[in-house]
Amino acid sequence: MYLRRLQVTDFRSWPHVDLDLGTGPTVFVGQNGRGKTNLLEAVGYLAMLGSHRVASDAPLVRHDCERALLRAAVVNGDREMTVELEISPGKTNRARVNRGQPTRPRDILGIVRTVLFAPEDLSLVKGDPSERRRFLDDLLVQRAPRFAGVRSDYEKALRQRNALLKTSGKRKGGREDPYAESTLDVWDTQLAEAGAQLLAGRLDLVAELAPHATAAYEGIAGQNPDRQAHVVYRSSIGDAIPDGYGTPGGKQAEPDTLTEVLLDALRESRHADLERGVSLVGPHRDELALNLGDAPARGYASHGESWSFALALRLGSYELLRAEWGDPVLLLDDVFAELDQRRRARLAEVAVNAEQVLVTAAVDEDVPDELSGVRYRVADGEVSRE
Amino acid sequence: MPAVLAARADWAASAFPAGCELFEGVVQDLIDELGRLPGVGPKSAQRIAFHLISSEPADIKRLVDVLGKVTEGVRFCELCGNVSEQQQCRICRDTRRDGAMLCVVEEPKDVLAIERTREFKGRYHVLGGALDPLSGVGPDQLRMRELLARISSDEVTEVIIATDPNTEGEATATYLVRMLRDFPGLNVTRLASGLPMGGDLEFADELTLGRAFSGRRSL
Repeated sequence: MYLRRLQVTDFRSWPHVDLDLGTGPTVFVGQNGRGKTNLLEAVGYLAMLGSHRVASDAPLVRHDCERALLRAAVVNGDREMTVELEISPGKTNRARVNRGQPTRPRDILGIVRTVLFAPEDLSLVKGDPSERRRFLDDLLVQRAPRFAGVRSDYEKALRQRNALLKTSGKRKGGREDPYAESTLDVWDTQLAEAGAQLLAGRLDLVAELAPHATAAYEGIAGQNPDRQAHVVYRSSIGDAIPDGYGTPGGKQAEPDTLTEVLLDALRESRHADLERGVSLVGPHRDELALNLGDAPARGYASHGESWSFALALRLGSYELLRAEWGDPVLLLDDVFAELDQRRRARLAEVAVNAEQVLVTAAVDEDVPDELSGVRYRVADGEVSRE
Repeated sequence: MPAVLAARADWAASAFPAGCELFEGVVQDLIDELGRLPGVGPKSAQRIAFHLISSEPADIKRLVDVLGKVTEGVRFCELCGNVSEQQQCRICRDTRRDGAMLCVVEEPKDVLAIERTREFKGRYHVLGGALDPLSGVGPDQLRMRELLARISSDEVTEVIIATDPNTEGEATATYLVRMLRDFPGLNVTRLASGLPMGGDLEFADELTLGRAFSGRRSL
């Protein structure tokens, strides 16, 4: 897959950019703050319906503008499609495919697939569990867009249950709410059903991703039997997850089984949940454990090892998406400056074989020689081809 | 034309409408008020406003009168909770309706939607919303107690749950099923959710298609 054309209007710092792109490497070089990353962010947004840098849409729209517009011509095999996305903060975003009727943005998921490498990736290893959950869920949605719906259903049910826990908790000591227990039962069911779908998706994903990540780490850091990289899904409901779920070569996770497991866990945790006013178990409390040998990478890995692990997770995602759908677009945002010679070389090796790779760098020297494809200068609000 | 403007014009000409213009005084007030109504965007608000301005004064007077009456209070049917002019609504008063079947919906507008099908000959019960703890709506805020009373006293044999197929509506349905399962001989059903008529299978989203699969029936 590759983008043949990218148009960006009122997005971040750009009033308007119109770029003809091709296969192979395309490099954007320019000083910091000139908007190189914004271009990659735009491509990433078309794939994920979210930015890797900010959680809300407001900062994505150019100052004093109501909405931002993204448009891309995407070539997949011998088919070309046009996707358009209108980002209007505070309102409903809209999308169009092949200039048809406006639809929900969710309907364009799966048309553009990307894997993004960015300086922020280090937080995949060093950051909070929420970073790793987000990584898993984003990958899940790219592989199967229906998970975008599952994810939002789960978040909605969770917010509702938490709201109920808070109000029920407040009444302690005072008048007993006769409906509290039976209403909680209902939200437990909603949460367990959506949660089981999400959990099953994540477990199956980790089972497939783990070997790729281990292999990718070895490719970057070299073979070392004591420092092998392992990726393990660690659920907040612990041993209740059936054996073989989420392990390579194990069993495919059954949502129906997991619904029961989650319901039991929620029932067991209810007392504590009421006490604290939040849901203490469920996929929103799970962790993707990253281990090097016997030790967890977080806190124990060196800076270099952490970078290798972050790269391994991204390279693993790339391999996984590639095996199923053909090459996703590789986005390398300012990463080469962060990497040492060896990690740089390994990433370049993969990137040079990708169908399309978009690279940003502050200076020419940051870009490995293999990736010297089409080069653009980004300066003074303009992108000019060299 | 510079590239930026060309691009914007291109988009404006597409299906996305542009923002609103500014008018003076009372006209703008009217547009603003209309724009606050659900489903009315700035362009529609403008159109309605200018339609009203150029209408016959008598037509506007009628609208004002109706709005006045609405603010004085709308009555609800004491039985089903639907909007009504009298103590009981038209459907509850109609003796030809089948009292054995009771269809539970969230809002009065859902009654209207089902009535349009002319498929259902039973009676309704309007809950007045769905379970929504975030907005402080629990069973106590819905007309659940009235529902229980009706089922205990009336000749109801089947309850059809017709809440919305979203998170809150599903939760409400689950709650109703749990509440009603202890009634002996009462048949509780849920509206099927699935594929729209006249549509194509290939264009259905995965969630809908998945639902349609799990709710399939033998022929």
